[in-house]
Amino acid sequence: MIDQTTIVPAHRLVQRFPQWVAADERPGYSGFLVNPEHLVEIVRSLRDEMGYDYLSSITGVDYLPEGKLEVVYHFYKTTGGSGLNLKVQVSRKEAVVPSLVPLYSGANFQEREIWDLLGIHFVGHPDLRRILTWEGFHGHPLRKDWKEPFFEEETKPFKSRWPEGQVQRIEDKNPFKDNLQYPNEFDPETWIPHSEELLYSGLKKIKKTDDLHTDQVIINLGPQHPSTHGVFRMVVVMDGETIVDLRPVMGYLHRNHEKIAERNTFLQNMPFTDRLDYICSMSNNFGYALAVEKLMGVKPPERAEYIRVIMAELTRVMNHFIAVGFLLNDLGAFFTPVLYALEERELILDVFEEVSGSRMMCNYFRFGGLARDFPEGSEEKMRRLVFDRLPRKIDEMDEFLTKNDIILGRCEGVGVITAEQAIANSASGPVLRASGVPYDLRRADPYSIYDRFDFDVAVRFHGDIYDRYLVRMDEMRQSVRILQQAVRDLPKGPIMSGKPQYQVRVPAGESYGRVEGPKGELGFYVISTGKPNPWRYHVRAPSLINLTSLADMSRNEKIADVVTILGSIDIVLGEVDR
Amino acid sequence: MIGFGIFRGLWTTFRHLIMTYVEDLRKGKRGYYTDEGIEMRRNTDVEGIFTIQYPEEKLPVPEEFRYLPFLVYEEGENGDKDLRCTSCGICAKVCPPQCIWIVRTNDPETNKPIPQPAEFYIDVDICMSCGFCAEYCPFDAIKMDHDYEIASYDRIREHIYDIKKLSRPLSYYASIRPANFHREETARTEKEAHRAAAKKPVS
Repeated sequence: MIDQTTIVPAHRLVQRFPQWVAADERPGYSGFLVNPEHLVEIVRSLRDEMGYDYLSSITGVDYLPEGKLEVVYHFYKTTGGSGLNLKVQVSRKEAVVPSLVPLYSGANFQEREIWDLLGIHFVGHPDLRRILTWEGFHGHPLRKDWKEPFFEEETKPFKSRWPEGQVQRIEDKNPFKDNLQYPNEFDPETWIPHSEELLYSGLKKIKKTDDLHTDQVIINLGPQHPSTHGVFRMVVVMDGETIVDLRPVMGYLHRNHEKIAERNTFLQNMPFTDRLDYICSMSNNFGYALAVEKLMGVKPPERAEYIRVIMAELTRVMNHFIAVGFLLNDLGAFFTPVLYALEERELILDVFEEVSGSRMMCNYFRFGGLARDFPEGSEEKMRRLVFDRLPRKIDEMDEFLTKNDIILGRCEGVGVITAEQAIANSASGPVLRASGVPYDLRRADPYSIYDRFDFDVAVRFHGDIYDRYLVRMDEMRQSVRILQQAVRDLPKGPIMSGKPQYQVRVPAGESYGRVEGPKGELGFYVISTGKPNPWRYHVRAPSLINLTSLADMSRNEKIADVVTILGSIDIVLGEVDR
Repeated sequence: MIGFGIFRGLWTTFRHLIMTYVEDLRKGKRGYYTDEGIEMRRNTDVEGIFTIQYPEEKLPVPEEFRYLPFLVYEEGENGDKDLRCTSCGICAKVCPPQCIWIVRTNDPETNKPIPQPAEFYIDVDICMSCGFCAEYCPFDAIKMDHDYEIASYDRIREHIYDIKKLSRPLSYYASIRPANFHREETARTEKEAHRAAAKKPVS
């Protein structure tokens, strides 16, 4: 099954570097295998000569039976089109790969994550520390030979749960009665924790040469903070009120979603994807369903495609309402805009509840279509929302907020990121489009039936907080436009191609399914070996990668603006930490 | 002029304030603590207050709403409960957090499995309410419930549900999910008619 990442432009790659690049011949795979020592040179020529300026995702894979670790890179062009993927293979004993951070600064957090979870060392990375687990963690969780404390069996369904099932709680099995295990030579009595020296010493301080002897203070905008959109920590160095440097620290909500997914079957993963970006569950389902459907080679029927687009666009409207509302909350308008936004969200959630059964954890999409069809009356409700209520309320939010002098004064010119910086940082979604790069996946690399709808891509050119707010308002209007066309053209028919089955047969191969989620490009990299469980499952989380730009946006801004800048990037910790 | 933007925004808030009282006067006494009042407040053309005052007023739960599963039994003539579950174990296999335990026993004489669960446990703390068990049960024996008010004080003793706590009559299922019930019953009767017609000897 040929993936979207085709081989056409990269014939040039093999011609240019014949002894270092070879096509990936494994069945179901695509892309190129690259010699690790010459990786930087090859990637530089990709970026400068062949125009692949956007590094979308870096994934690490553990092939235990072959004794290899692999790093997979997905490159795209900001002018659109399907991309290119490169792979580097190293042995498990000595996993050393050159880092791409000097070329693409967006590789920063993703390489740290691969070091943390898989143990591949990146040479040339400016700050290779653990990112999702705490700095004293022992072991690399995503390796196939690492067992979690509540380990029962390699893959689900667990035999111990049925049919001769004995009722027991999993925490009773673990000797510590909790999700805890100690490494072999560890003695909790004599261990002295080393403080976070590496983190604090990496912060830059500027040298001041005036007579006033001032100190630069390090402040933790800690994980317990009402305005950080979840458990997220920022360590800032401040000179007075101005920020000199900023480091984000995440991993407080890390649940090792990817390891859980390797134990689940493909279908059982669907409710877990709801819990990634927990506000936009339909979008996450969409991305995962697309990735697995690419592997299986099935296409959903027409009605299912239209309903998927309707759900995805309703999710986008809902998310942007929340984003705008909470941005205003961060600015200090305590909760009135939030509640105005949440009122609209409640109406959309009522639609989701009628259709899928649950407001937030929808679990509605299946491989080949949807779980169930609309019940009576919900199409009418959707019609009333889309044609009457939502356009009216978006205009009301616009009138309420856009020309407000306080917002203009606090948001214009604050938190600026230029287009080149945004592309190098792999930013996506409204953050990228507010800086002047009109890259929207629904236009650049259309998936599902988005090529049938007539809509514009929202772009603004200043790259500040105000432009991100305006891009979100524009996108809401464009989403309503798509919704009106989809609801008008919704055909009748089946909603599932093939019989619904709980043991889906997924042939061996890899696929990278990406959707334009409300926060950015949400990608799912799935590798299957033909068994009922995926071999590797990686989520390219837009919130995590957009956070690479946070430091660039916040230098020389005031401390009061950092909270607003974070609010304008619109993160959800479920996605950042997985 | 500076401040004009703020004034326009405040005008929106002020309009909502006025509309709240206008709508309240229009609704009068029947606007609160009645079903009609709840419908007026969750409609798409509400302009004023839209709060539903739980626990005195409860939002009507739509049919597809899923919370925790329950086992369906058909009531026999003598009041005996005939569980539809045959302990095939598909629900336990599809459950993503694996919260279902089933004990299946064999008939001591014929050594064939008895199509009734000897024991059936669901750990309600682990259940994600995803609905896969109900979706993939081939016998329509386990369905998703609507009741979400199940808070208790003791997790250890009360949060593993056994067969007694999980069973509910078919009439309850018909009352909470009428459209689904109707669809399944028509499918069942058609299948019975089909089977009866196939068994009829050709004369």
